[in-house]
Amino acid sequence: MSDIKSLNRNFLKVNEIIEAHHSDPSELISILQEVQEEYRYLPEEILNYIAMAVHISPSKVFGVATFYENFSLAPKGKYIIRICDGTACHVRKSTELIVALRKKLGLTENKDTTDDLLFTLQTVSCIGACGLAPAIMINEEVHGKVTPEKAEMILEEIIKRERVNNEQ
Amino acid sequence: MNSNHSITDLAMSYKRKIDREKMRILVCAGTGCVSSGSLKIYEAMKKLLIEKDLYIDIDLNKEEGINVSPSGCHGFCEMGPIVMIMPQKYFYVKVKVEDAEEIVEKASRGEIVERLLYKEPGKGLIHFSYENIPFYSKQKRVVLENCGKINPENIKEYIANGGYSALSKIFELSPEEICQEVITAKLRGRGGGGFPAGEKWFQVYNQKSDIKYVVCNGDEGDPGAFMDRSIMEGDPHRVIEGMIIAGYASGARQGYIYVRAEYPLAVKRLKTAIMQARDFGILGTDILGSNFNFDIKINKGAGAFVCGEGSALTSSIEGNRGMPRTRPPRTSEKGLFGKPTVLNNVETFANVPLIILNGAHWYLKLGTENSPGTKAFALTGNINNTGLIEVPMGTTLREIIYDIGGGIPENKSFKAVQIGGPSGGCLTPEHLDTPLDFDSLDNLGAMIGSGGMVVLDEKTCMVEVARFFMNFTQKESCGKCVPCREGTKVMLNIMEKIVKGQGTIEDISLLEEVAEVVKRGSLCGLGKTAPNPVLTTLQYFRDEYMAHVKYHMCPAGQCEAFKKYRIEDSACKGCGKCAKVCPTGAISGELKKAFMINTESCIKCGACVTACPFNAIKEEA
Repeated sequence: MSDIKSLNRNFLKVNEIIEAHHSDPSELISILQEVQEEYRYLPEEILNYIAMAVHISPSKVFGVATFYENFSLAPKGKYIIRICDGTACHVRKSTELIVALRKKLGLTENKDTTDDLLFTLQTVSCIGACGLAPAIMINEEVHGKVTPEKAEMILEEIIKRERVNNEQ
Repeated sequence: MNSNHSITDLAMSYKRKIDREKMRILVCAGTGCVSSGSLKIYEAMKKLLIEKDLYIDIDLNKEEGINVSPSGCHGFCEMGPIVMIMPQKYFYVKVKVEDAEEIVEKASRGEIVERLLYKEPGKGLIHFSYENIPFYSKQKRVVLENCGKINPENIKEYIANGGYSALSKIFELSPEEICQEVITAKLRGRGGGGFPAGEKWFQVYNQKSDIKYVVCNGDEGDPGAFMDRSIMEGDPHRVIEGMIIAGYASGARQGYIYVRAEYPLAVKRLKTAIMQARDFGILGTDILGSNFNFDIKINKGAGAFVCGEGSALTSSIEGNRGMPRTRPPRTSEKGLFGKPTVLNNVETFANVPLIILNGAHWYLKLGTENSPGTKAFALTGNINNTGLIEVPMGTTLREIIYDIGGGIPENKSFKAVQIGGPSGGCLTPEHLDTPLDFDSLDNLGAMIGSGGMVVLDEKTCMVEVARFFMNFTQKESCGKCVPCREGTKVMLNIMEKIVKGQGTIEDISLLEEVAEVVKRGSLCGLGKTAPNPVLTTLQYFRDEYMAHVKYHMCPAGQCEAFKKYRIEDSACKGCGKCAKVCPTGAISGELKKAFMINTESCIKCGACVTACPFNAIKEEA
């Protein structure tokens, strides 16, 4: 069963992360960040596991994991699109981008991840690229002066790239 | 490194190495320009120079050559990617990777690529040197001096430009003397509060505790602000130097930089800088042979605006939910891990080396009497030149918006500037000539905040802007105290009602009443200042609120709810295309006769406007 194999491999990774932070409870946020990088979200069983490993209550771990916006308890897409809706982007029409991209990906305010787990669409308050408003961030890459058309092109490119990767 | 003098020696030897550069091509590698492809331009130029055997940098053993280097943010993000040629000061804008060859080719012959120079819009004036560009000529770049000039990923360049020489000076002085120097310089916290930094340090110094901390707040969460990001990306060593000095002055041995997760490039550059500083004996044990130990750790935020608030930030570093606590005790008494803590923001720390190096009296000559120094602002919104600027405190809004910012696009008129983000307020045309500093803004009900300045033109609805900020703070309220958690919700509901055209005059007085409660009763700065955008817009734009609730109209024509679509009889040919696309069946009529819109069932989607081949459908506010 390859599933169990991969689960074991990932638990190993969680252990590595916890050890790298010396099982220190004050490092909880960094641990969660790294675990989320590995899984793209924070699976419940792993939160419990972390609580045990760093000797704090699961409620504390859940408390932290649900407090911060960047943590997600549900699976996220491979590409996280953050549409900036800060003041500068807002006055330069970021709302149009949100509407266009939601439509393109078939998402709504309550459904932010595509079924194929390729994209997650979020709005964020400011990514600090105000000089290039409206801006979006795809994973760690910032794109400035984005129009709905430009955004759709960027997504098309990603989709194409992914298709090629899958075929290989 | 063992003696205090060695930084001076190093600086001289690195300076000599930099002097071998006949020319330096600086490619902006701030987030803005990187997103427009500047790194590809840099790599292309470097490759070309290496091929021609012209390339030189500080680490290469060569007689002379041309250096191409990534640099921090030049501030003129709108015009990016930016390439600057030194010492000629040629300033190329909107450079493409295809231009790389021509730039290198001409640079090697000492020629200029005229078509890439900045042209002043409207006037068509071409500026050969960046110093003549109005965006720069009115600025005073002191803290941002190195941003755009040096390679932020190489500590040697920072040292060659006078970096760490303030640090090498401090060990001759006592911690009290350092605190006193910063107090004399009247350095005030650039994060918004404006509290005197030196006094804070001295408070921590006086605490009896074997463990103390220095924390740098890089959680720049205000929408519309990116000064701290640019400093961390463009000159990370300056922040580190400021922190070490604060550590020495307060008696702390450990520093933390809390950077928001949205700034990956800043995290990367800071990490590089910390590693290099350790290699140079500038961080770690026995710094520069002084017996003083200090090290820095980076903590990445996880997305919570409230963490910009001191006690919430320290709680987050401790691995908890980022919630503020009641004060006193202050952070300087019981901060991080319950120990006395110096907490300042990025820009504040970046000011410190300047004060130590040039002296408090030099610093006092900049800016205004009670707010000396400069301030970096992020200029954004409806303005021609968006970007990062630095001006002396006391500069007027007019100079910033019209001289540096180049005015409002499309000849629209200036309506207001929203300053200080969700905690700040609005300034209007009547404040154009007010000198901006901590106190003058405070008197006007606004605040410098971290320095985000969003310019709004006549087509912006101030009620909607206030609703936008209310929505922001409501979402970011951590929920610990009732006035903020419930009060912001009530305020947001009222604002939404007004914007949707369902507000009443009574709502406005209720809004003011609740605002007062939130302002007075909230636990931390987030809640205490959350009503500011609403209160200042009510103060200066009450008419607009009244128009919404009394006359059911939006004077700026922005609020959807008040929009009306009307078919102009004379222009309508009765083709019926509009009726076909209308999703609610609100349009009816007979073919070849003018159609009508039933405003009751119209949802204002605007589909008919696009569908009409005769431009017969008009939108009215």
